[in-house]
Amino acid sequence: MSDATVDPRFRRKPPKRPLRLSWSDERVRGIVWQVVVVAIIGSIFYWLWSNTVHNLEVRRIATGFGFLWREAGLPIAEHLIPYEPTDTYFRALTVGVLNTLKVAVVGIVLATILGTIIGIARLSKNFLVSKIAGFYVELLRDLPLLLQLLFWYTVMQGLPGPRQAFHPTEGVFFSNRGFRFPALVWEGAHTAALIACVIGIVLTWLYARAARARQMADGQPRKVWPAAIALIIGLPVFVWLAMGAPWTIDWPALRGFNFRGGMAVSPEYAALLIGLVTYTAAFIAEVVRAGILSVNQGQWEAAQALGLRHGSVLRLIVLPQALRVIIPPMTSNYLNLTKNSSLAVAIGYQDIVSIANTTLNQTGQAIEGIAIIMLVYLTISLSISLFMNWYNAKIALVER
Amino acid sequence: MSAAIETLGVHVASSVRTDAPPAIVLDKVNKWFGALHVLRDVDLQVALGERVVVCGPSGSGKSTMIRCINRLETHQEGRILVDGIELTDDVRALDAIRRDVGMVFQSFNLFPHLTILENCTLAPIWVRKMPKKHAEELAMEYLTRVRIPEQAKKYPGQLSGGQQQRVAIARALCMKPKIMLFDEPTSALDPEMIKEVLDTMVMLAAEGMTMICVTHEMGFARQVADRVVFMDRGEIVESGTPDQVFNDPKTERLKLFLSQILRGH
Amino acid sequence: MSDITANTPIHGSSAPRDAPMATTGLIAWLRANLFSGWLSTAVTLLLGYLIVRAVIGIVDWAFINAIWSVPLSPTGVAQTQVCRDLQGAGACWAVVTEKHRFMLFGTYPYEQHWRPAIVCLLFIGLYIVSAMRRFWNWTLIPIWAVTLTAIGILMWGGVLGLPYVPQERWGGLPITLILATFGLAFAFPLSIVVALGRRSNLPAIKVLCVVYVELIRGVPLISLLFMASVMFPLFLPEGMNIDKLLRAQIAIILFAGAYLAEVVRGGLQALPKGQYEAADAMGLSYWQKTGLIILPQALRLVIPPLVNTFIGFFKDTSLVLIIGIFDLLTAGKTAIVEPAWQGFGVEVYVFVGLIYLCFCFAMSKYSQGLEAELNRHRRR
Repeated sequence: MSDATVDPRFRRKPPKRPLRLSWSDERVRGIVWQVVVVAIIGSIFYWLWSNTVHNLEVRRIATGFGFLWREAGLPIAEHLIPYEPTDTYFRALTVGVLNTLKVAVVGIVLATILGTIIGIARLSKNFLVSKIAGFYVELLRDLPLLLQLLFWYTVMQGLPGPRQAFHPTEGVFFSNRGFRFPALVWEGAHTAALIACVIGIVLTWLYARAARARQMADGQPRKVWPAAIALIIGLPVFVWLAMGAPWTIDWPALRGFNFRGGMAVSPEYAALLIGLVTYTAAFIAEVVRAGILSVNQGQWEAAQALGLRHGSVLRLIVLPQALRVIIPPMTSNYLNLTKNSSLAVAIGYQDIVSIANTTLNQTGQAIEGIAIIMLVYLTISLSISLFMNWYNAKIALVER
Repeated sequence: MSAAIETLGVHVASSVRTDAPPAIVLDKVNKWFGALHVLRDVDLQVALGERVVVCGPSGSGKSTMIRCINRLETHQEGRILVDGIELTDDVRALDAIRRDVGMVFQSFNLFPHLTILENCTLAPIWVRKMPKKHAEELAMEYLTRVRIPEQAKKYPGQLSGGQQQRVAIARALCMKPKIMLFDEPTSALDPEMIKEVLDTMVMLAAEGMTMICVTHEMGFARQVADRVVFMDRGEIVESGTPDQVFNDPKTERLKLFLSQILRGH
Repeated sequence: MSDITANTPIHGSSAPRDAPMATTGLIAWLRANLFSGWLSTAVTLLLGYLIVRAVIGIVDWAFINAIWSVPLSPTGVAQTQVCRDLQGAGACWAVVTEKHRFMLFGTYPYEQHWRPAIVCLLFIGLYIVSAMRRFWNWTLIPIWAVTLTAIGILMWGGVLGLPYVPQERWGGLPITLILATFGLAFAFPLSIVVALGRRSNLPAIKVLCVVYVELIRGVPLISLLFMASVMFPLFLPEGMNIDKLLRAQIAIILFAGAYLAEVVRGGLQALPKGQYEAADAMGLSYWQKTGLIILPQALRLVIPPLVNTFIGFFKDTSLVLIIGIFDLLTAGKTAIVEPAWQGFGVEVYVFVGLIYLCFCFAMSKYSQGLEAELNRHRRR
């Protein structure tokens, strides 16, 4: 449609407007404003900074991050990687980051599950179910998270001592020293079975795609669930059997004043997890509910008028549209959960904030300590934001 | 008054099949919304190949009545039979009925996350279990008939209102329904787009499709309808050929309605 | 066959009949909402049973077996043994009856407790007045200014014959209300400026605003409070001291400003472009346009999310517990540090929770009602 050569009349570029040095020129005003604002803010920051330098000198506080390589002398009760108080501050802070991630990742998964269930329950036709779900959401959203964490921690501490621990079934103990569960002694066969499970999931996904392609070719829908069960459950079981079927369980037992063996969940971690999950689930429930409601009734009606069954309508029409509305605020809730895990310092769980706080108390280097905390959280936030923006642009409904 | 309602064109020849059982039977149908009695003793029979236009003031229950036919609303009293099958809570009966009844909505209700082609092939693939290629050929055939085959790969948000409504008609036709229901199909359109949709519906009528159409477009009624049914306050007040209803209204309510809608002409 | 092809008018309209029993009334409602299918019925029965048991258990614990007061020994120490003997079967509300003044007002001088009490009432009054539509114009500013000054005078004293009470002795509910309300009062204008700056064409200003908002929203409030508590003293020249409450207040203002800025920005974006264009066409300058046309509309649009954000940082003020400022939650936690009252945390947290619940639930219901009303109007 366009000519290879442009008409010479249209080849010119727009003329540059010269800058008249006058207050009435909008661009001059813009530049002056920016210079003024930057100058004011810059001078404020300069004043703060020079005060800081002076104060640090006077109080003989060191600067720089050299302290990271000094011995920490910091006992940490829970650590995912091996740690001794003789390790460096850097290692201590790494343990802190891992502890934060440990509660954040588990919390996000559990909160999503619980929140989705409650969100769907709120839309239920059953009056009792929807009202109870609504009551839950309203109650938990109106109480401060810190209060809820302190409450759960008090509940944990109010549990009986190890000798009188709650003992619902064999090997499960709830006491004020935490929870104990029987733990599987992990062997090579279990790792192999886990890998087989992951492979099974991938194979099931491939199989589902092939089945869909075949349905498109000849119109007959194919059942995927038999193959799914065989691959996701059967295959790992087969692998495990083939490798000797090891199945030793480490049962926790009371030795002296505490339990030994089994899997331990500290009261701090349990309180933090329960508090965060129940609190965030209330917000996620609202997001899920808003997402499902956002798909207007006309879509349901049109799909049903075409003869689609309820399940198909949900899968093909409603959920794809609902997810578009759900995912942005959902990630914002995930981010909030991660930031809220910083309240761990109030109940004694040693996450990055708690450890960095102790570090800055011990070394006196407040600025570096707080900078480390902010850096960790900013990294997490900004990467999730970037992902969010990319994802939003990718799935945006195409419009004129 | 007859000159005031212009016809869109030559009246479409009747295709009523008197040898077949009636396509739709409404027998003393009553419906309440809570305590509000919205359909009162509605009796209506539509023969195969017949084209019925339902008109009336807003709130008269005309949309509710046709939405009862494919059970988007449920009636509390009376019987509704579609193609001989009675509408009850039986899910299988409902499935069979919805396969054979197509509906076009006032707000189009196209699926915004699917292309035009996917909108049209969705139900044939998943409900009639057609192979995808076959469904796509069928969809292109109907999109050509409604005169927008070139938009097949676009998304609904990129089309104008008139184009979207024509896609909605094609989508309903892809299920090869025996009966088509139209719920005020042109009410949400800008004036310059109404004609293209009405032309499509006239073409459909000329092919002998059984249609029930709720609309205010009286010119269309004149051209296409075998029968015009006037509803007011939940009941059928008058019905007859377009000539009888528009030129010779017998009840005061119909006279009032006609005078109101003709005021602008 | 169709006999209605002929013109058969139905004379006389049939009067509307009453709906059959099956569609209205209590029975119909029960059938539709509680017993609509066998699964629904089973769930209703199960939940009903659980609710009844839970309610009975709570009533037992909170009222029937509860202890409302304990005797004091001659030296004034509470004799809580009778509470401990309950072993959890009943609530020890005695901790609330003994300590409620401490939890509500902290270490404020006992005879002067009427002053923080009036302060709390003033705050509540301020919220109620701000919520009423009649006052949604520029008169709100002097109302807030006068009320906040009165609150300051009452808390500090030193004038008008009121004895002076230093800030270290303030505590409890007034601190929570002060942190939240002064936070909002100063963060709101800041957020408007930042939101406008973020939408401006001047790159330097836009960048500054974006950096501020993204930085603050990316970090937890705790890190800002730590910054306030430990770093602010380093930022100031020697000899210049600001006390802890003011430092925490500044941190909360900065924090709230960033979140409110996003809310206000949403409102500015939602306003139709035609409003901006009409104002420009009339020849209004940037500030006239913003103050007379844009802001009044945009701010009204975002009142529900604004209230929700306020609820959020009303609850977040409780975090000052971690830097040692005596707000309502801290007072509650400190009340059970005393050996006599150790272990009755649940009762204390229920009491504190009820107070937070009153405020937040009222605000939440208000914002929901407002949103429903605004949606109704918008749909017309």
